[in-house]
Amino acid sequence: MSAVNLLAVFVENKPGQTAAITKLLADAGVNICWVTIANSGSFGVMKFLVDKRDSAVRALKDKGLMVSLLEVLAVEVPDKPGALQAVADLLGHSSINLDNCSGFVANNRAILVIEVHELTKARAVLEKQGLHLLTQEEMLRL
Amino acid sequence: MFWDQESETLTRPTLEQLQLKRLQDTVQRVAQRAPFYRDKFKELGISTGDIKSLADVRRLPFTTGADLRTVYPDGMLAVSREEPVRLHTSSGTTGKPKAIFFSRNDVNNAAELIARSLVMTGITRKDVLQNMMSYGMFTGGLVMHYGAEKVGCLVIPAGPGTSERQLMLMQDFRTTAVHILPSYALYFASFLEQKGINPRKDIGLRKAFVGAEPHTEETRRRIEQAFGCDVYNSYGLTEMNGPGVAFECEHKAGLHLWEDNFILEIINPATGEPLPEGQTGELVLTTLKREAMPILRYRTRDITSIIAEPCKCGRTHRRLNRITGRSDDMLIIRGTNIFPQQIERVLMSFPQVGRNYVIVIEGLDDMTIKVELAAAGFDGQVEHLAALQNQMVEKLKAETWVKPKVELLPAGALPVAEGKAKRVIDKRSL
Repeated sequence: MSAVNLLAVFVENKPGQTAAITKLLADAGVNICWVTIANSGSFGVMKFLVDKRDSAVRALKDKGLMVSLLEVLAVEVPDKPGALQAVADLLGHSSINLDNCSGFVANNRAILVIEVHELTKARAVLEKQGLHLLTQEEMLRL
Repeated sequence: MFWDQESETLTRPTLEQLQLKRLQDTVQRVAQRAPFYRDKFKELGISTGDIKSLADVRRLPFTTGADLRTVYPDGMLAVSREEPVRLHTSSGTTGKPKAIFFSRNDVNNAAELIARSLVMTGITRKDVLQNMMSYGMFTGGLVMHYGAEKVGCLVIPAGPGTSERQLMLMQDFRTTAVHILPSYALYFASFLEQKGINPRKDIGLRKAFVGAEPHTEETRRRIEQAFGCDVYNSYGLTEMNGPGVAFECEHKAGLHLWEDNFILEIINPATGEPLPEGQTGELVLTTLKREAMPILRYRTRDITSIIAEPCKCGRTHRRLNRITGRSDDMLIIRGTNIFPQQIERVLMSFPQVGRNYVIVIEGLDDMTIKVELAAAGFDGQVEHLAALQNQMVEKLKAETWVKPKVELLPAGALPVAEGKAKRVIDKRSL
């Protein structure tokens, strides 16, 4: 299935939290391939793409942390002007709201990580346009 | 200055004689007519003839806030339902408030006590009193209003409106006195300063009556300095008419409790035993003149002590020291009574919420509720959590009438209490 699983961790918004969480992952031998952190007042949510998901979940939950798994889409787009706009346009015209989005370029490949409520519908819309959706393995191999 | 010099300066023996007579009369009436006391007396084998001296008040049962909720709406009424002309309520923990009925004489009498209280601070008919307490079910509005009208002041029933409007009224009608919550007085002073108005010079406030919230001498000083006015401490509770139960005179050295209207006892809140005069304990009050709904030995939950020495003002009614706290856990936030249980009920109605929470009150009555999320409440989406937070704020506001801040935290972020959880952290320095 061409969806990517992220690990979401609910943390208190205070100094030292990122260090504490990533130390747990490092100690468990987990490599982080991609990360975002979003804050909202008293709390924050850290999202990771990791190589060893199960070990990561175990390491975090053992310490009493609140962990949730999240399915997102990773879309490969041309590395040129208008690429994000084209994807946004497609989703917009299909009335799909883009909840979160981040992008990066690795080895000359431009990747958008997008979070939407209607994952199946979004996947169909994007694939219909011939866009390539990366699998978990592909993301990890980038 | 006196409003009712004769009553206010009765010699102690005369005052006590009057108290006994009124107590006997009250006991007689409730035994005959108030279902709650009629049953209680029967159960405890009390007969009206048992009250032969003032000390015999101790033979009577206590009445608690819980009793008042049990008899809601009218099980403590000592007159027919047609007699009362006014109803006030005090907010409650479990949905049902405490309902207090006033007969026409009760309304008049409550106003008399306010009139005494205001006049002993020097208020005259020339004063313009802006009443910034809430009108409605809360007694702070109407009871003060009637009393100030009796004195002949121009009374502005401003209620707790916006600061802009309060200021406009104050300037346009040259307010000389306010009845205000101490926390709001502090807030209002900073509001004026922010607007570039000097509260000491640009408004002609001479007196402020503050009450309905426990506060300290330090707060009084801060309000007095901010406005350049005299601040008088007022004590009252809805169950005993509202404001005007006890009030400071010009000397600001304790609150004269109107003993011709109330019997005052100080007890050990844990044992119910009376404490010697001067010792600190829970204030217990018995109404002596109330017609519609007399209340015997009401456990106020307020902690104070009696000042027995005669006051320089010449009044013989003994004084209370400043209330130092409440023996229960009610919070007063921006003039609204809130029980932690109300907050807990709202929090626990959200399945996404865990069990651990604390209520933090700081600054000028800012309430922050820190609550841990349940594991099931986290789906990885910041947006959902933010939406949950907003829903909680709205529901808490609907329940308590105060808009709190809600902080969601991961499980384990809050300290785990050993034994009884400390749910309320009150950092206010009032």
